[in-house]
Amino acid sequence: MTSSGRVIGDTLLKIENITLSFGGVRALSDVSFDVRKGEIRAIIGPNGAGKSSMLNCINGFYHPQKGQITYKGTVRQQMRPHEAAAQGIARTFQNIALFKGMSTLDNIMSGRLLKMKRGFFWQALYWGPAEREELEHREAVEKIIDFLEIQAIRKMPVGKLPYGLQKRVELGRALAAEPDLLLLDEPMAGMNVEEKEDMCRFILDVNDQFGTTIALIEHDMGVVMDLSDRVVVLEYGQKIADGTPDEVRSNQKVIDAYLGVPH
Amino acid sequence: MADASATVGSTAAAHGLPDTFPKLLERNAREFGDRPSIREKDYGIWQTWTWKQVHQEVRQLAAGLASFGVKRGDKIAIVGDNRPHLYWAMCAAQMLGAVPVPVYQDSVAEEMGFVIDHAEADLAIAEDQEQVDKLLVIREKHNRPGRIVYKDSRGMRDYNQSGIVSLADIATRGAEFMKQHPGFLDAEIAKGKGSDVSVMLYTSGTTGQPKGVMLSYDNVIVSGHNGIKFDGLTRDDEVLAYLPMAWVGDHIYSYGESFIAGFCLSCPESGATVLTDLREIGPTFFFAPPRIFENLLTTVSIRMEDAGWVKRSMYKYFMELARRTGIAILDKRPVSATDRFLYWLGGYLVYGPLKNALGFSRIRLGYTAGEAIGPDIFDFYRSLGLNLKQLYGMTETSVFICMQPDGQVKADTVGVPAPQVEIKIAESGEVLVKSPGVFLTYYKNDAATAETKTPDGWVHTGDAGFFDKDGHLKIIDRAKDVGRLRDGTLFAPKYIENKLKFFPYIREAVAFGDGRDYVACFINIDLEATGNWAERRAVSYGSYQELAAKPEVYDLLQECVEKVNRDLAADPNVAGSQIKRFLILHKELDADDGELTRTRKVRRRFIGDRYAPLIEGLYSDRDRTFIKTTVTFEDGRTGTIEADLAIREAKRQPATATTTHKTAA
Repeated sequence: MTSSGRVIGDTLLKIENITLSFGGVRALSDVSFDVRKGEIRAIIGPNGAGKSSMLNCINGFYHPQKGQITYKGTVRQQMRPHEAAAQGIARTFQNIALFKGMSTLDNIMSGRLLKMKRGFFWQALYWGPAEREELEHREAVEKIIDFLEIQAIRKMPVGKLPYGLQKRVELGRALAAEPDLLLLDEPMAGMNVEEKEDMCRFILDVNDQFGTTIALIEHDMGVVMDLSDRVVVLEYGQKIADGTPDEVRSNQKVIDAYLGVPH
Repeated sequence: MADASATVGSTAAAHGLPDTFPKLLERNAREFGDRPSIREKDYGIWQTWTWKQVHQEVRQLAAGLASFGVKRGDKIAIVGDNRPHLYWAMCAAQMLGAVPVPVYQDSVAEEMGFVIDHAEADLAIAEDQEQVDKLLVIREKHNRPGRIVYKDSRGMRDYNQSGIVSLADIATRGAEFMKQHPGFLDAEIAKGKGSDVSVMLYTSGTTGQPKGVMLSYDNVIVSGHNGIKFDGLTRDDEVLAYLPMAWVGDHIYSYGESFIAGFCLSCPESGATVLTDLREIGPTFFFAPPRIFENLLTTVSIRMEDAGWVKRSMYKYFMELARRTGIAILDKRPVSATDRFLYWLGGYLVYGPLKNALGFSRIRLGYTAGEAIGPDIFDFYRSLGLNLKQLYGMTETSVFICMQPDGQVKADTVGVPAPQVEIKIAESGEVLVKSPGVFLTYYKNDAATAETKTPDGWVHTGDAGFFDKDGHLKIIDRAKDVGRLRDGTLFAPKYIENKLKFFPYIREAVAFGDGRDYVACFINIDLEATGNWAERRAVSYGSYQELAAKPEVYDLLQECVEKVNRDLAADPNVAGSQIKRFLILHKELDADDGELTRTRKVRRRFIGDRYAPLIEGLYSDRDRTFIKTTVTFEDGRTGTIEADLAIREAKRQPATATTTHKTAA
């Protein structure tokens, strides 16, 4: 699969010397790495290593005290999540954050929000341009439904769906924003083997089909090694390794971090 | 009665029809080209193609395949769910005189490999990446198929192995080819004639390896035409094509009859959406194996059990009424005015909404075939006013052997011989058939052909049966499965198993007894129905295995078994074959483990070998027995499960139990 015609391009996102602390607790200290266009980049590490904090920094939810983030060639100032979204960054969450009472279709439609030009008034009127726009968005959403093979649950409230499918819907909503950079926070957590395999296939397909750059956090080492082009390893807020899966796998520091060292 | 119509002749030409499918397609495009031919739900919207458009598409595909080197006599494997493009590919192959070989799309690579290798299919047309992957595995082993055409391009970007082309490319090439070789296609179509092989269908293989049944155009077209006449189907009918394309039922009813009668076929969005699609399309004609009707009824029953008391009591009252009067009304027998009025009222309150929920609002005619349907299930649908009928047929006879005429429908027979079909019963009790639908030969298997088809054209069905006093055929079991207990009592395993399977809690049953002292059986619980029953009684369980081992579940099933015994006792022919001991299996019988065929028929001998220790337990006086089995998971890996199963003894009734039966009723 990886020996394909995929092109890994220039640096899309550059993280330099990021330090983030909450009061006295240092979540990230002096972390640097980059994400190149078109690649699948994994961030791994034991519990509390600062993986989710890292993702939250990228997506503008946390503001690091030190360091700088360069996205698409421009150094980023303090930014809010919705501004990050407007710049083409979409994400999913570790604990599913869908609208439980709404249908799969509506949930994914909500991912199109930033692409909608008509305001509330026009949409409520549902006439002329607003109708046309809605149809366009519905088409995009249907393509995602087809892509993720969730036609059968199109009209089901997501709260009623099994966990694995909810995760898939969440991926669908992130895709609906047509992101340049997709952040996935533990997309495979709590899934059984079959669901994991499906999710892996979807992640690879998203990357392959739409050329979306993906940064993902994952616990399951096997999955990470098969899936990603490059892996960055965090431990206690610090970067301990960075490289291809093979390099990382044989890195002594990483082995120690995962297996523990005798003190 | 069969002889009178047999004089019409057994070729399509004798019936005044074009003699191949490509010619039928031309006729349809010419005579009613703007009518819908096929629909598919794509991106949430039903897309429709008219006969004219289909004609155009198929011609392009055919020309494209010709430019790709397909010649007369080639075999082309068709692998995928019911999709318009795959039906078109079949017709496109036929235009060139090639033979389409539809393959069961959910079969594993090994099974599919056998068929593709045996059929010598060097070209396969696959629906998507999943099937292409399977075909590539097959190619490594069998060197076939050399060329693979795929329809859905999703995930296919990186496949640079040789000979992989998209269907869209084929169509583009076809348009080019037609410009360069005008007249080529028409000449090829004209070369086709009724006696040519039109399709090769592999039987699912209840015994041994699958066999390739070769059917001619005459077989399929005349059979389909007779079926259409028998039930008065027209081009205004609507049919949902959702059964495997490799199954003869789908080939005749979906592909064959839609071409002959000109009705519109609808392809569901995906396997999981069939129920929704059924409701949206509202077919007028519906063909399904009993399992589908069972599943629908189980869903309804469970939902009704969960409903509020108003709905529940309304459902109960009107279903009771329907049971009493519905079938009589359907069969146009006299019914009292009060009941008629109440039934009419029930139509508004219960039956109508129920039929709508099931997608049966517009249904004019329903058929079930493949296996026996439970009388309760059969009567449930008929009492709703649904004209559900049974059909008896097999691949080797292009389906049709017996059908139930309107107004003469009985739950325990399969009806009278279909038009132009002759039937005789051999001394052994086996049913023999002769009809225009009788297949040419098995592909590359003369021994099997000689075994099944006599030189003068009679087919051995392998089923044992007899005609009742109204001339309706009653099938009791596979001829070779009918055995005897050690004391000489007749033992028809399927007859017993079907009686068991008619309980919603039982999904599958396997009975043993040939050459034994008594009848014993394995039972598979139905996880949904039994699970729901358990929840209702606060019986907690974590897995299938745990639920199956619960003493409460054993009690429940013991009741079922004893009811079956009471039933058997009432019929002197089979009273001696009542079930003495049974056990509940710890795992579901599964086609992936080779225990069932792809059409979900029990592979008796295989199960007998695999579970030999359990059978031994059933015929000992122990009340527990241990077993270790290998299972195949959905991703193809295998593992083992162990279980210690309980064996129960069921009460049996005295052989002449007619009196007890009466008091019970």
